[in-house]
Amino acid sequence: MEFAELIKTPRVDGVVLRRPFLPTVEGTLCLTGHHLILSSRQDNTEELWLLHANIDAIEKRFVGSLGTIIVKCKDLRVIQLDIPGMEECLNIASSIEVLSTLDSVSLMYPLFYRPMFQVIEDGWKSFLPEDAFKDLESMTEEWRLSDVNKDYSVCSSYPPLVAVPKDVDDDTLRKAAAFRHGGRFPVLSYYHKKNGMVMMRSGQPLTGTNGRRCKEDEKLINATLRAGKRGYIIDTRTVSVAQQAKARGGGFESEANYPQWRRIHKAIERSSILQESLIKLVEACNDQSHSMDRWLSKLEASNWQTHVKEILTTACLAAQCIDREGASVLVHGTEGTDSTLQVTSLAQIILDPACRTIQGFQALVEREWLQAGHPFQQRCSQSAYSNSKPRCEAPVFLLFLDCVWQILRQFPCSFQFSQHFLVLLFEHTYASQFGTFMGNSASERSKLNLSQKTVSLWSWVNRPQEVERLSNPLYEANCLVIWPSVAPQSLLLWEGVFLRWKRSSRCLDEAYDEMVHIIQYNKELQNKVNNLRRQLGAGEQED
Amino acid sequence: MEHIRTPKVEQVRLLDRFSNKSASGTLHLTATHLIFVESNADAAQEIWILHHHIGSVEKLSLTTSGCPLVIQCRNFRVVHFVVQRERDCHDIYSSLLRLLRPVSYEELYAFSYNPKQNEQQREEGWQLIDLGAEFERMGVPCDQWQLTDVNRNYKICETYPRDLYVPITASKPIIVGSSKFRSKGRFPVLTYFYQEKKAAVCRCSQPLSGFSARCLEDESMLQAISKANHNSRFVYVMDTRPKLNAMANRAAGKGYENEDNYSNIRFQFVGIENIHVMRTSLQKLLEVVGTRSLSVNDYLLGLESSGWLRHVKAVLDAAIFLTKAVTVEGASVLVHCSDGWDRTAQVCSLGALLMDPYYRTINGFMVLIEKDWISFGHKFADRCDQLDGDPKEVSPVFTQFLECVWQLTEQFPQAFEFNEWLLLQIHEHVHSCQYGNFLANNQRQREELQLKDRTHSLWAFLLSEGQNYLNPAFCHTYAETHPVLEPSTLPCHLKFWRNMYHQFDRSMHPRQSVLKNVLTLKESNRQLEDTIMKLEARLQKHGISPPTPDPQAPPKDQRTLLNHTRPHSLILAAPLSLKEAQHQEEVGEEAKKCCSDTERTVEGSSGSERKESYGDLQGTYGAKVEPAVVSLEFGVARMTC
Repeated sequence: MEFAELIKTPRVDGVVLRRPFLPTVEGTLCLTGHHLILSSRQDNTEELWLLHANIDAIEKRFVGSLGTIIVKCKDLRVIQLDIPGMEECLNIASSIEVLSTLDSVSLMYPLFYRPMFQVIEDGWKSFLPEDAFKDLESMTEEWRLSDVNKDYSVCSSYPPLVAVPKDVDDDTLRKAAAFRHGGRFPVLSYYHKKNGMVMMRSGQPLTGTNGRRCKEDEKLINATLRAGKRGYIIDTRTVSVAQQAKARGGGFESEANYPQWRRIHKAIERSSILQESLIKLVEACNDQSHSMDRWLSKLEASNWQTHVKEILTTACLAAQCIDREGASVLVHGTEGTDSTLQVTSLAQIILDPACRTIQGFQALVEREWLQAGHPFQQRCSQSAYSNSKPRCEAPVFLLFLDCVWQILRQFPCSFQFSQHFLVLLFEHTYASQFGTFMGNSASERSKLNLSQKTVSLWSWVNRPQEVERLSNPLYEANCLVIWPSVAPQSLLLWEGVFLRWKRSSRCLDEAYDEMVHIIQYNKELQNKVNNLRRQLGAGEQED
Repeated sequence: MEHIRTPKVEQVRLLDRFSNKSASGTLHLTATHLIFVESNADAAQEIWILHHHIGSVEKLSLTTSGCPLVIQCRNFRVVHFVVQRERDCHDIYSSLLRLLRPVSYEELYAFSYNPKQNEQQREEGWQLIDLGAEFERMGVPCDQWQLTDVNRNYKICETYPRDLYVPITASKPIIVGSSKFRSKGRFPVLTYFYQEKKAAVCRCSQPLSGFSARCLEDESMLQAISKANHNSRFVYVMDTRPKLNAMANRAAGKGYENEDNYSNIRFQFVGIENIHVMRTSLQKLLEVVGTRSLSVNDYLLGLESSGWLRHVKAVLDAAIFLTKAVTVEGASVLVHCSDGWDRTAQVCSLGALLMDPYYRTINGFMVLIEKDWISFGHKFADRCDQLDGDPKEVSPVFTQFLECVWQLTEQFPQAFEFNEWLLLQIHEHVHSCQYGNFLANNQRQREELQLKDRTHSLWAFLLSEGQNYLNPAFCHTYAETHPVLEPSTLPCHLKFWRNMYHQFDRSMHPRQSVLKNVLTLKESNRQLEDTIMKLEARLQKHGISPPTPDPQAPPKDQRTLLNHTRPHSLILAAPLSLKEAQHQEEVGEEAKKCCSDTERTVEGSSGSERKESYGDLQGTYGAKVEPAVVSLEFGVARMTC
């Protein structure tokens, strides 16, 4: 196996592991192709199994012949390994460095992983576009499923099947695609059953400096408007950023060419700025200083909460246009693969109760992120600790999860899942044994044949015991639109991710368990009362 | 009543603080309340504001729509009215100015407040808390500590209670001498006794040491405290002030203990700022969070520059220091600041809360407040501005204490028997002047006012609805496993207390409340257990005797059953800070309706005017009855009527 040559020292004894909230363990450190394993070889102590892919950065320190490796993980955990012997330590460190930054997709762990559980339902088949379209068909006949992109030739980041207005033919789509960034022509993102309004998404129009127009594109999006109705175009960039994009061949829809649409500009930041924000935030959270001023100013300087607010606000705006204004909406930024998806997916969580269930949320992630071509592999190859120069990394999806968590905090009874589900998704986007978040688009995943060669995360999640673990005991279906507050005072720092390794959550977990107990006990009591009444009723009838 | 010029003004508009929403209605001015009744027939929200809660009234300059009147309340409610006619506005304004500045205690609401209670109940209310019994619980008097009668007539120190506990070796001359050497005569006395290590927490005011003065009796007093504890060879003396302030005091003949003069003391400054700094800090904080369309950056920078959380941290750190000295080192600690009634009260009471699980129960918490705040003479009247007094004496010291407790409840969700609502309710009534407990500045004044004969006790009222203040996650065995709490004061673990400072800003709060939900379930569990017992009894009986017709129809489904068992209490039904709880019910109700296809959004109401920023959508007044805004005062007023 190719890995063997990368592992200079596969085994070291007498290694001491220090990690948050757990007792120090001394044992044997083993390196395998995909894991760093530390075992004390005793029955009762916990072992460490760390995916190399989860390692973001390492630091080495030496005191005499005792080496220390600080391992900083993508899930923001920091652990320490004390390794006796300078040479062993250097070997281990360099192996970890290489193994954790392997670029070759064919060496990735999901391709080697064999599930230790029984797959009840294959997650790769759980959320097919055809099935989603059947739901749409039951509500409206104005849309059709087009296979214009069946060989990914029209748009490399779109799936083979997309929903488009019925009256628009594939030829028009091809022409419109040529006019949109990355070929991302406007497609259906969400149909609001209550009033038949829709949300679409696309890449930016390629108007350029001389204001190029495209009749087919205009026709395509106008086809989604009802007679006499106007729509809104939400451009996730500020006016000036959108203006600047013209110089690079991009641009925005002008009033003259799109008279039936009103354009609104918002200010969601681009990915490189978001990555910087994450790095600063995590740095602030790991600061051991006891100065309140320092903490608050660092938190402020990270701008993380500002991004959360901006994204949530834009999503609320889109939802407001649809639900309150009864207007259709087109959302795009530049590529249409980042801020656009944050907005369209969050708007659906606000508008559509189905997205707040465990299955529905998976479907949303599948539809609005995976199928919609969010480049997960590029965005999540490094996290907050990495020293290497960021290329395309950005916590776009993490910000989305943070926003969902904010809404969940404000409507704690309206979601079928708990924050555990969100944390789980965060972890698996950065390092996973499952193939779900591999690749950057449906086309890449299909070329790698992941659905055959890897296990889907959804196969794992949808087993009864896992569903139970991720469930929110307070859930009571709420079919309303849920409007979150976006005031800074209402937005909180997501402790479950950012302060997770700072303080043990034992107290909170125990309190949570107590709450679960109260809820379960209530159900038991009610069943018992109902049974007793039935018995009593039956007894009385007999007499 | 002579102060009320216009008892009623119609067509007044109430503006929402954070959005462009408004409601129109009628403003009523009564002897005790300012009441706004919305005119919308089917959604008549009412706001009742007790005059004592009003901190300031401001008349802004006339606009085209009328004359704006901004009222800021001490419970952090801010209301913005627009009165059509300038004259009406002025009448209300000047009446309020007079009404909110009572000149004598007898004008306060507590003296006219009359709930449906007989005299016996009222008297029993005052007997609920017995500080003598509390010291007994701690194990005092004992072989080292005794009750002294030196202050029986408030002769030695008029701001202390009558009953004081001192070391047995502290003779009367020592006490008298020491008291003369201490600011306001507040000599060192026992406030908490940590039985396990026989370590004492004592409190006093600063010594009148100036640059060089010393007092042998005071030195003997500290020596006596030290000797009373065999576990430690020294006593910690915690000066809770910043060193600079303490040094500045020396110029005025006050100051701090010189370690050279006192044998066996370890002196320590802990650096909590004074009442003026705290007042300004909270003002700044409120200004920041009261800003419309506040950005996250301005919010965080404002939070920082207000310094409020820094001060909260300083107070908590001091309490942790005290706790460690006592529980880990087994040393006795003497705590003081300048007069020993603000910072000293905060640190002693929080320290006790960390050390002793009893104070984390509802009863114990009341005892703690009664002991360290009320009886030891925290100047509630001055600090809470009960009478028209010196604005420089006003300071949110007690609010800050409650916030520190809240921060602890957030960190230790199982450790406290009570929930956040108790803290909010106590805060509400410290300022309402509706109960006698917090009136005046010290016990002596309270006795002169005969409060126990003429007013009601808040503790009785709170206990009567105790189940609303229960923390559902409270774990009885937690006290055994964690007798001493060790909170983190890392800055990232201290949070802004939204439910306090935005109590009445409904749009800021979560729309569903976990606390309310679980409390309801817990109550439901209790009732279900009852029902099961009854049903089982009937079933048994049924086997023997012929059945009687069933008086109760069996529940159709679980939901009806749940609805039956909702507690019908004031605070749960009327939200105060807890409107989210209320709202949760709305969500629930609407959810049911919407299943029958009349879909409505949580916020209800018009989305007709569309604004560029989403923020404008927030804070819509629901189109339906909104008891969310009918706060506690409503219930109170009903009781008086």
